[in-house]
Amino acid sequence: MTAIDLEVQLLAIVVAVTCALPGVFLVLRRMALMSDAISHSILLGIVLAFFVVEDLTHPFLVVAAAATGVLTVALVEALYRSRRVKEDAAIALVFPALFSIAVILIARHAGGVHLDVDAVILGEIAFAPFRRWEVAGFDLGPRSLYLMLAILLVNVGFLLLFYKEMKISTFDPALAAALGFSPVLLHYAFMSLVSVTAVGAFDAVGSILVVALMVAPPAAAYLCTDRLPRVLALSAGFGALSAVIGFWGAWAMDASIAGSMASAAGVVFLLAFLLAPDRGLVPQARRRSRQKVEFAVRMLLIHLLNHEGGPKAREESQVVHLEEHLRWQPEFAERVVRSAEKKGFVGRKRGEELRLTDPGRHLARRTMLS
Amino acid sequence: MISGILYDLLFDYTLRTVAVGAAALGAVSGALGSFAVLRRQSLLGDAISHAALPGIALAFLLTGSRATLVLVLGAALAGWVGTLVVMAVVRWSRIPEDAALGIVLSVFFGAGLVILTFVQRDPSAAQAGLDTFLFGQAATLLERDVAVILGLGAVAVAATVLFWKEFKILSFDPQFGRSMGIPMLRVDMILTTALVIAIVIGLQTVGVVLMSAMVVAPAAAARQWTDRLGTMVFLAAFFGAVAGTVGALVSATAVRVPTGPTIVLVVSALVLGSLLFAPERGLVAAWRREVRNRSRLRTEAVLLDLHALAGQHEDGSHPHEIGALEAMGHHPGGAEETLRHLRKRGYVSERDPGHWVLTEAGRERAGRILRDRGGVP
Amino acid sequence: MRDRGPNGGDGEPRAAIEVNDLTVAYRDQPVLWDIDLTVPPGVLMAIVGPNGAGKTTLIKAILGLVKPAAGHVLVFGRPYLEQRSLVAYVPQRGSVDWDFPTSVLDVVMMGRYGALGWIRRPGREERERALNALDMVDLTDLADRQISQLSGGQQQRVFLARALVQDASIYLMDEPFQGVDAKTERAIVEVLTRLKDGGHTVVCVHHALQTVPEYFDWAAILNVRRIASGPVGEVFTEDNLRLAYGGRLPFLRSGTEG
Repeated sequence: MTAIDLEVQLLAIVVAVTCALPGVFLVLRRMALMSDAISHSILLGIVLAFFVVEDLTHPFLVVAAAATGVLTVALVEALYRSRRVKEDAAIALVFPALFSIAVILIARHAGGVHLDVDAVILGEIAFAPFRRWEVAGFDLGPRSLYLMLAILLVNVGFLLLFYKEMKISTFDPALAAALGFSPVLLHYAFMSLVSVTAVGAFDAVGSILVVALMVAPPAAAYLCTDRLPRVLALSAGFGALSAVIGFWGAWAMDASIAGSMASAAGVVFLLAFLLAPDRGLVPQARRRSRQKVEFAVRMLLIHLLNHEGGPKAREESQVVHLEEHLRWQPEFAERVVRSAEKKGFVGRKRGEELRLTDPGRHLARRTMLS
Repeated sequence: MISGILYDLLFDYTLRTVAVGAAALGAVSGALGSFAVLRRQSLLGDAISHAALPGIALAFLLTGSRATLVLVLGAALAGWVGTLVVMAVVRWSRIPEDAALGIVLSVFFGAGLVILTFVQRDPSAAQAGLDTFLFGQAATLLERDVAVILGLGAVAVAATVLFWKEFKILSFDPQFGRSMGIPMLRVDMILTTALVIAIVIGLQTVGVVLMSAMVVAPAAAARQWTDRLGTMVFLAAFFGAVAGTVGALVSATAVRVPTGPTIVLVVSALVLGSLLFAPERGLVAAWRREVRNRSRLRTEAVLLDLHALAGQHEDGSHPHEIGALEAMGHHPGGAEETLRHLRKRGYVSERDPGHWVLTEAGRERAGRILRDRGGVP
Repeated sequence: MRDRGPNGGDGEPRAAIEVNDLTVAYRDQPVLWDIDLTVPPGVLMAIVGPNGAGKTTLIKAILGLVKPAAGHVLVFGRPYLEQRSLVAYVPQRGSVDWDFPTSVLDVVMMGRYGALGWIRRPGREERERALNALDMVDLTDLADRQISQLSGGQQQRVFLARALVQDASIYLMDEPFQGVDAKTERAIVEVLTRLKDGGHTVVCVHHALQTVPEYFDWAAILNVRRIASGPVGEVFTEDNLRLAYGGRLPFLRSGTEG
């Protein structure tokens, strides 16, 4: 492993963490696909700015790109507000148009320059270390690493400063407005942040994989915990993890680093989807099979209580009747009855007729009232 | 240049092939896209087209074949799996649909890029053909590609015609459909399959990155012109075909103009035009309605107030000063311009400078307005 | 061995709907606990209960739209799946996108889709039936209107007409009076009464307690479990309502028996 590898790995981690933080709010605000829209349309800003300053490393490019990102948000909203198209269609109309203009401009005019379409899609994180930042002859490291670190700082700063406002406006926009925060202003400030983040990350991993880094780690984190600070921390952690796995995967397979990072983010999400404590598919299935009998016992008690003293009490409390009316399999019904008996909630009269015990009746009442 | 294209279209065999293929794929994606847009699944197309990339790359890697049919089938399979993953994530976790779509589109695409690096390493690959799937290249359309587009496109269109009423109820009220015993899940599967087909046959021409626009834009444009599903689907197919043909021909004949973006620009222009100029829903029409409405309300307010002032006076033909009228507070921005406008139509006259009175016609008009509003004249 | 509704015994008319020990849970949270409910044929029945009482869920469970955790539903003594054509459904008006590009007549004809089966398109006969149904709800003039141009009350009547063309024996309606104008309310009551007079069974999820005794002759009071069901006069008591609504009994008319 060379120093260059190390720099690339470091850059990958910083990019992933920088994307994962604002991504949490994108996912929670149901705006995950705005990351897709923004990461595509910023290309137009980059291209137009490039025509003006003719320097691909000029900071003006970042400003112009961020402005295009905000413009995208505004256009989508204007379209949607016009009530001529639905919101999802508005997104799907705006960004392909802006992106297409950018691609055609590149193809027509910038052919000779170092701005090709493949880089737009794939990013070029592997080449990042070749663009150094030198001050008075000293080599300080790759430029993009500094750019990304600066953006990360801005993100962290924004989230620290406006944490409370972001939280309220995400979970209860009406309350936020009533409290005097301007959700609109905050929204646009946040979307500018997303745009700037996308510009930085775009350079490294390309426009489509930015989406993976902005959406997959936050979504995985959201499956693991309910508390917002933990979602943010976990999301950053999952992002970094994806960057590490992705980088080494790419190294081992000699494949695209960006593609491999996105795949790793997908794998991390898949693992959370399957295994997240409480919400993962596997824990859910295990809990359900454990609770199935428990739930059925309560169903049985309530059933008996409902018919206690009624005209058909005797008939309804037969074990065979459970199979017929509750549509339980015979073995399952027997298992439930035995479990209820063992806990002392029901007793059997004349072999097959069930009756509630006092604790059973008590539990049934309590269950029904809760 | 246009006449040049027309000339080539008539006599150049290659160009004719390209035009036919692009028109067909545009029509099919426009038609099927209508249902996606109505079901608020506009971004599903984006997920499917991106998810197709690993399918294409794997199909090539496994079979070593660059035959369009093989690659398209690989794309369709992967697109289908992507859709299923979205459905599974939404159904079995609390992840919202938009996030699920974002994850599928980007992760599948990333995996596709990884597989592509293997493909490119393969010396036999001569990997032209795979590159074009990113942004599309109409010029690479050969006769056998067009045959695949036409064949698969016909299947998708046939499904739409055959299951028209099922697709309609699925898009409008699936719950009600289920209550009647129509197996909505199966209908959904059929429609989604048709949509996947419509998307994958366009990938070679439009590219995975922009194919979603061909699903959404023609339908969004068509919706502005009509209130009937049949007309909408038909119009969307037509818009899609126009955009496909124009875009493909421009890019095939001009230098360094990628096909996908060109097609998207044409179809975006159609959307913009439709949003602005469609007769009922168009923004210009709505704006004109609004202006007319406001000016009608303004004139009516002036007529009614003059009428009321006249009623306060014993002599109904006594002229009133414009200040008195404006003092009634119904005329923001002043009444003068409106009065001049009304004079032209003969409803009022100006006795002395700044003193106005209703004419006979004006009195009648005011009476009619009052009656229409349910008041007493 | 199995109860047969109020009249019981062979040869007697069976219950229109018989819900047996129905429990429905969303995730792990029960929405309905062990519901038993018998709807005799030919009644006009209201299902009432506070928000979150599971009224809509009950309707959906009867229609097989949600899967119960336990219990089952019989329609005229047989499983719902075999009797589907005997049941028509009027969902809540807000459950669809009224900006959908289609006409009033077209929506009403959708009520025939189930009977038509796969692929076959609605033809002249379906059109006639749809026009008849529109006539019953007094919307004939609007047959060709795009549905987004309808008022809330007109939308509700379109849904009612769509159920009418199903030509069913049992009508299940989810809040048909929700947010409609007075004219529509009268029109709907009239249609419901006509259906009842024609021997049909109508079950409505209903919100406005004060109109229950006036519009309906049968009622079920629900709050996750069944509180009471039977003739309105018998079940619509203050005790039962208090049991269902707890302290929050907003607008109980003084005239209600109890």
